[in-house]
Amino acid sequence: MDNIQPTTDPVRPKAPLRSWFDVRGRSLSTLAFALNRLTAIGLTIYLFLHLAVLSLLLRGPEGWDQFVALAKNPAFLLLDVVLLFGVVYHMANGIRVALVGMGVAHTRQKSLFYVLVGIALVAFVVGAVLIFVE
Amino acid sequence: MTERDIEFKVFRYKQGGAAPAHQTFTVRCDENTTVLVALQDIRRDQDGTLILRHSCHHASCGTCGMRINGREELACVVKVFELGTPTVVVEPMRNMPVISDLVVDMEPFYDRFNAAGMPFIRESEYLEEAEVAEGLETYMRCENCIECNLCVSACPIMGTDPTYIGPAALAATWRVVEEPRGLDSRPLLDWVDSQNGCWRCHVAYECNEACPSGVLPGDKIMSLRRELTKRKFRRLFGR
Ligand code: SF4
Ligand code: SF4
Ligand code: FES
Repeated sequence: MDNIQPTTDPVRPKAPLRSWFDVRGRSLSTLAFALNRLTAIGLTIYLFLHLAVLSLLLRGPEGWDQFVALAKNPAFLLLDVVLLFGVVYHMANGIRVALVGMGVAHTRQKSLFYVLVGIALVAFVVGAVLIFVE
Repeated sequence: MTERDIEFKVFRYKQGGAAPAHQTFTVRCDENTTVLVALQDIRRDQDGTLILRHSCHHASCGTCGMRINGREELACVVKVFELGTPTVVVEPMRNMPVISDLVVDMEPFYDRFNAAGMPFIRESEYLEEAEVAEGLETYMRCENCIECNLCVSACPIMGTDPTYIGPAALAATWRVVEEPRGLDSRPLLDWVDSQNGCWRCHVAYECNEACPSGVLPGDKIMSLRRELTKRKFRRLFGR
């Protein structure tokens, strides 16, 4: 049983990026999946950037103050909005995937997507407005 | 009856030959022409070396699976005019080795499917007075599976992991686990409780969309996971 034949095809080598992100003609669920992967990659990169930025603190208040000034720049705030989208989407879809993945409400996975991602989008819009207003 | 010339961009490849390329053919079609019939016309009238697979012509045998305009379909039931595109792109299924033109090697598919073991044909399904057997959710049966490989072709994870068991065989496994009929389903559960088993699935549900036979393999995979989650909890509490 353990030795199933691999599906390797020398003529058409596996192309993960195309396989994950080519959503042409695909369903909502694949879109959800692709977006989940994309936000996961984005959030991982952010995490490392975040740690790098925090390490500025080690160099004393000057470097940090410079960074804070930069962070208030509107272009930077736009990046915050992108980040917020990544967080809320990944969280909402993650809850759906976790529930469905344990066999909870799995036959209603599309409705779950609409409800959870709908709530996430509302939170995103409110958050995005607050980022610019506050 | 209206007739129109339709262009077909067909994937061509011969083992040991040049790299794969698309070849364009023009075929006179009417509203009843299916993609399969158009391909047979090409083979008969224009290029006898075009290789394809088919048998029943009515969505029962599962042999004519291919990608039509980028989607997994049974070519025998897709009407050319209903696609609504002036050019129809026809390619072999993904995630199985291509043998020639539109034909893929189905060995890795059957290998997985046989490992799952699917010994059931349920006559009661066809009886009106039949009641859903105890412990079953519904009569959404895996016996519906026509072993066409379309779900495997559509799955994005099959596209990255050559040893993933894949939606069809996992769905078949669930059928045995759901209704073991005296079989010991534990070895099967162990088989799918693995990195390349049902935990590899990333819940893209493209298999559900692709399946022409109402198997809903994605749902079956989640049922398997529920079973395995329960089993893990039971083991955790020593039961
Ligand atoms: S639900 Fe799982 S098996 Fe089905 S297409 Fe998605 S990743 Fe593949
Ligand atoms: S589960 Fe559906 S798509 Fe997959 S092989 Fe069976 S019939 Fe084809
Ligand atoms: S020819 Fe049998 S399913 Fe299409």
